[in-house]
Amino acid sequence: MNNSQSLNFIIGITALLVCVASTFISGRSQKFRHLRWPLVALSLLFLYNLIFKPTFFALEITDDGYLYGSLIDILNHSSKIALLATGMTLVIATGGVDISVGSIMAISGAVAATVIVSPYSSLILAVVLALLVSTFAGLWNGILVAACGIQPMVATLVLMVAGRGIAQLITDGTIITFHHPAFNAIGNGHLLGLPVPAWLAATIFLIALALTRTTSLGLFIETVGNNRTAARYAGIAARKIVWITYVFSGFCAGIAGLVVCSNIKCADANHAGLYLELDAILATVIGGTSMTGGRFYLSGSILGAILIQALSTVMYANDVNPAVIAVPKAILVIAVCLLQSDRFRSRIMALPVFRKFGGEPC
Amino acid sequence: MKKYLSLLILPLLLLVSCKKAAEGEGSKTITVGFSQIGAESDWRKASTLSIKEEAKKRGIELKFSDAQQKQENQLKAIRAFIAQGVDVIALAPVVTTGWDDVLKEARAANIPVILIDRRVDVSEDGLYACYIGADCTEEGRKAGRWLIENVGKQAGIAELVGTVGSGPAVERKKGFEEAIKGEPGLKIIKSQSGDFTRSQGKEVMEQFLKSPERDQINVLYAHNDDMALGAIQAIEEAGKKPGKDIVIISCDGVKEIFRQILAGKANCTVECNPMVGPYLFDVVETYMRGETIPPRVIPHEDVFDAKNITQEVIDGRSY
Repeated sequence: MNNSQSLNFIIGITALLVCVASTFISGRSQKFRHLRWPLVALSLLFLYNLIFKPTFFALEITDDGYLYGSLIDILNHSSKIALLATGMTLVIATGGVDISVGSIMAISGAVAATVIVSPYSSLILAVVLALLVSTFAGLWNGILVAACGIQPMVATLVLMVAGRGIAQLITDGTIITFHHPAFNAIGNGHLLGLPVPAWLAATIFLIALALTRTTSLGLFIETVGNNRTAARYAGIAARKIVWITYVFSGFCAGIAGLVVCSNIKCADANHAGLYLELDAILATVIGGTSMTGGRFYLSGSILGAILIQALSTVMYANDVNPAVIAVPKAILVIAVCLLQSDRFRSRIMALPVFRKFGGEPC
Repeated sequence: MKKYLSLLILPLLLLVSCKKAAEGEGSKTITVGFSQIGAESDWRKASTLSIKEEAKKRGIELKFSDAQQKQENQLKAIRAFIAQGVDVIALAPVVTTGWDDVLKEARAANIPVILIDRRVDVSEDGLYACYIGADCTEEGRKAGRWLIENVGKQAGIAELVGTVGSGPAVERKKGFEEAIKGEPGLKIIKSQSGDFTRSQGKEVMEQFLKSPERDQINVLYAHNDDMALGAIQAIEEAGKKPGKDIVIISCDGVKEIFRQILAGKANCTVECNPMVGPYLFDVVETYMRGETIPPRVIPHEDVFDAKNITQEVIDGRSY
């Protein structure tokens, strides 16, 4: 075993230990219980790679001074799902859902790319305009849901279908390719050794966390999600809370759209963010937030996003046949979702096999 | 009652007069009804444009219908073409199944149907007269042959597969594997789906370049140009030179890959020709002369590399 191999092993074991330790800590604490099962899944993934593919953990420091390796790729690519999931969590917490985020990503990228290749090419203008348009798209969803009382699934379906058309209209149906070093940095740059998208996702996550946990906004969202009528009688402006979450979700999708567009240096209106709304919902559910609204876990959604991306990256790294790649993914996701269900766990624990061990109910 | 009767008679009268007018113009003009899938890509738009321009050039009347990715729109369009009594129907089908009834109606009306770009599954032979479209297996073979002729007989190949199960992905893989089968030195060491998109192509290539076999990869075969364009970025970010350290071969022939080949960052693209207009109307005119028409027409497809790409070639391409 040469030097680099043992280094891979050390990194792998460290990653695994961190995961396992956090699993135990989250299992014991009341506050982070929802993180336990996704952490178990992540630990299993790491354990598998440690045994069969230690090169998966290879990390290098490049000449430009940033970290390079599969673990960093997971961080980098999960950030777009994490951005969407942050907005999605708040929407789902109010009892809604936003399936238009993938299309909003396409619109955001299309707007940014159009500005970049136009004579008024400027980083600030591209970013501001793209975020304005996507926030406005979120506002549109919010108005349909909060003011017009349309069911969230139906209301956001409008933009999910039409949004991609709008994006194609902006790009004139072509893939706009551009070369703009400053704009490319959003999706490809590095800050303190880590990719910029990861920093963006972390920033948005922390802002959302601060807004919902240090102010009463989080409590309001949970109240509205639990019982809108009761919330209104308690003096909470339920409608306002609901549309604010959609606006925020649109804003997050706008950033995710910029990240994707900048990462591949082109605006692909047909494929940017395609089906990513489903990944975002999945990340939220894996993180322990219930689709019926009420309690929500932003940290869980971030972990869910990382888990989903880790799964894809591990599949690629282990040369899983592309035809069957969806199967192991589905199995792990179903397992985590089942384990997150209290009723399922108590049923399992009631089985004779487990009763014999006198396993404490979890 | 009288009112309703006149309402019924009016369209009939109109129809008769229309028919008369059409006959009066002289029966020389050929009318072709064409149902296109939509306008989802530059490639598709180039295909539509080619057919429209060629019709104008030859003085053929073209009735064009854009299905916007929906089969029911295509079924409606074909029935309308039959009702209008066009001479030939051209169809680029959005899906492969569900065409039996409408094709039988066309046959009953004695109107031949020519398929463009994609084939259909039908229950009996003879429901369509001719299929004009690329041979994706041959494209794969061409890519493989280019590799043998230009790179040699020793190489580690990474393959970016298209959308799993899609026709072009299956056929381009098959053709490529056929072409390199006789060369034991050419091995596909990595194969993963990039879903025909730039972002997936890039993400998968990043993982290829971090695998333990990364130093053996010196050729990339991508099933379309977009995945190759994503992979080029991943290769550059890994500190390697695309086009030199890793030879890049892909299919389709979009403008951007031409620019990359000219810049030395990609090596070869096998064209998938959307300009089917001339081929379509050759077949139509053959039919109108009363001659038998060929069941299969393959548009001419070139292989492009640094030897035959110039700025003029790029400027001359419409997609």
